[in-house]
Amino acid sequence: MEQKQAPFLEVKDLAVEYSSDGKAVHAVNGISLTLEKGKTIGLVGETGAGKTSIAKSILQILPDRSARITAGTVKLEGQNLLDLTEKDMREIRGKRISMIFQDPMTALNPTMRVGQQIAEVVALHNSCTKAEAEERAKKMLEMVGIPRDRFREYPHQFSGGMKQRVVIAIALACEPDLLLADEPTTALDVTIQAQVLKLISDLKEKNNTSMILITHDLGVVAETCDEVAIVYAGQIMETGTREQIFDHPTHPYTIGLFGAIPDMNEDEEWLHPIDGMLPDPTDLPPGCPFAPRCPYATHKCESAVDFTMTPDGHACRCCNLERAEG
Amino acid sequence: MARYILRRLFWMIPIILGVSLLVFTLMYFCPGDPARIILGQGATQAEIESLRETMGLNKGFFPRLGEFLVNTFIRFDLGSSYISKAPIVTEIAARLPQTLIIATLFMLTGVIVGVPLGIAAAVKQDSIVDRICMVIAMLGASVPNFWLALLLVLLFAVNLGWLPAMGMGGIEYYILPTLAGAMGCIAVQARQSRSSMLEVIRSDYVTTARSKGVSMRNIIFKHELPNALIPVITCAGNDFGNSLGGALIIEQIFAITGMGQYMVQAVFNRDYPVIQASAIFLAIAFSLIMLVIDLLYAFVDPRIKAQYEGKPLFKRSGKKVTA
Repeated sequence: MEQKQAPFLEVKDLAVEYSSDGKAVHAVNGISLTLEKGKTIGLVGETGAGKTSIAKSILQILPDRSARITAGTVKLEGQNLLDLTEKDMREIRGKRISMIFQDPMTALNPTMRVGQQIAEVVALHNSCTKAEAEERAKKMLEMVGIPRDRFREYPHQFSGGMKQRVVIAIALACEPDLLLADEPTTALDVTIQAQVLKLISDLKEKNNTSMILITHDLGVVAETCDEVAIVYAGQIMETGTREQIFDHPTHPYTIGLFGAIPDMNEDEEWLHPIDGMLPDPTDLPPGCPFAPRCPYATHKCESAVDFTMTPDGHACRCCNLERAEG
Repeated sequence: MARYILRRLFWMIPIILGVSLLVFTLMYFCPGDPARIILGQGATQAEIESLRETMGLNKGFFPRLGEFLVNTFIRFDLGSSYISKAPIVTEIAARLPQTLIIATLFMLTGVIVGVPLGIAAAVKQDSIVDRICMVIAMLGASVPNFWLALLLVLLFAVNLGWLPAMGMGGIEYYILPTLAGAMGCIAVQARQSRSSMLEVIRSDYVTTARSKGVSMRNIIFKHELPNALIPVITCAGNDFGNSLGGALIIEQIFAITGMGQYMVQAVFNRDYPVIQASAIFLAIAFSLIMLVIDLLYAFVDPRIKAQYEGKPLFKRSGKKVTA
C-alpha cells in the first residue's frame, strides 16, 4: 500500500498562456514535477522563464483576465486542484498552500495594519475569535523576529527586510503543507538575505513543510534545496537532486548558468554570460527553445526534444548529451 | 493631528483676506454704477451724483477698501444690500443652508451612485456590466443639467404629478433638483472610481490577499476599495466646491433661494456689499470643506496621516512648537 500512495505534490504537463495584444504568450509549456513531504525543490532560471507563473498557477492566482491554464494537472495528495471550484480553492489558499512574494515593498496592503494582515489569514482558516486570531498574529510576528507591540503599525513604518518577514509570517501563519517562495530574498540586501533564508528554512523544518523555492541564485539553491529543476522558456531543461545538478550539470544551459558564476580561485577579468536572450514567448522555436543560444546546437535540435537520462540518473532535455558533457 | 488642523485654520485667514481683496478690486474696476441702477432710467445726473456721494462711491480706491476691510474684519459688519436694504447677514443665513444642502446632496449622490457603478465596471472590466456603467457615465457627463431638469419636471411633476415642480419645503422638493444636478457628479465619480480601482486591482497586495484565500467580496471592500478611495474623495470635494457657486441653474429652475441666485442678482445690480459678503462666505465654506477632504485623506491612508503629524505648526518659526 505504501508504494501506491500518491506523491505529495504532482504537477503534470502544466501549461499557462497569457494573452497580450491578441497574441498568445506561452509562459509555461508542459512543466511536470513531483515533490515529497518536507522536501524543497528549487526552480532556477532567468527572469521571464515562467517560474512565477508556475507557482501562481499551482495556487490559481494568475491574473484572471489575461492568463489561462491551458493544460495539465496539479495534484495535491492525489487531488487535482484545477478541478476544484473557486470556493474550495479558497480553502486551500493560505491554509494548505501559501506563497511568499518577490517584492515585499508592494506585497503588503498599505492601508491595513500589518498585524491585521496576518490575523486576516488566521481568522479565515481557523474557527477562532478575533482576539485569538490577533494573538496568533502577534505570536507570528515574534516568531519572525518583530516585537509584538508593532502589531498595530502600518507597512510604511517597516523596513524592507521587516516587510518581507511580515509576508513570511502571513504565509506561515496557518502552518501550510506547501510553501511557494517566489524569490523571497531578491529584493533584500545580502546581509538580510541570509537571515530571511534561515528563518524560512527553520520554520519549514519545524512544521515539515514542503517548499518550492523560486530563485535565480544558485548559491541559495545549494544551501536550501533537496532537488533542483532548471527552467528555461517555460520548460524544465534539467532536473535532479541538488548533488546531481551541482556535480554533473549536463544541459548546455545549466552549464552556462554555472559558467556565469565567477571563479574566485582564478584571476577572472570578465564574467561569462550566456550569449543571446530568452526566445520570444509569443513565437517559440519548434524544437529545443535553447537551441538558438546553444553552442552545441545541431539540426537534431530543430524538432521536439524529450528528456534523456544522464549516466548518474537525472533527467536532461537535450539531444546532444555526449557533446554537451564534453 | 490637532496641530495640523490648527495650522490649516490659521491659513484660512490669508485666504479669506485675499479673496476679499480680489473681489473688492474686481468690482471696483468693473463698469456699472449702483447709484444709477437704484434710481432707474429716469433719474437726473444731479440725483445720481448726490446718491453716489451719500453711498460713499465717490471716494478713491484705498479709502473705500479700508472702509470695507475695517467694517468686515474688525467690526464684523457686512452691511446691507444697496437694493433691498436688508442686512446681508440675515439674507445669507437664510440662503447659505439651502446651497449647502444642495451641494451636499449632489456630492453624496455622486458618491453613492457613481462609486458602485465604477467598482462594478472595474471588477467586471470589458464585460457587458462595464459597458453599461460607462454608457451611463458618458450620458451623465454629456447631458446638460438644465435640459435634464426640465425633462424631469415634465415627467415627474407635470405628467405623473408625483413630485412638486419647484419651490422649497420637505424632502420631496429636493428630489428632482438632486437628480438633475447630480448626474454630472455621478458620471465623474463612476469614471474616477473605475480607473482608480483598475489601478489597485493589478497591485501586488491584491495578489497577496488572493493567496491568503480571501473571498472576492472581501478583496474588493477590504483591500481594493480603501486604496482606491483617495481620488474619489478628491472628486467629491471638487463636486461640492463646484456646486457651491455653480448650482445656479438648478436653483433657478427649481426656484430654490440659494447663494447662486443671490450672487448673480447682486452682480447684475452692482450690489457690492452683497457680492463681497457672498464671496467671503463661499471662501470660508470652501476652505472648510477642503480641510475636511484633507482630513479624510488621512483617515483613509495612514501614510498621509503620518505626513500631517510630522509637520510643525509654523514652518519657518525656528522654535519648537509643542502640541
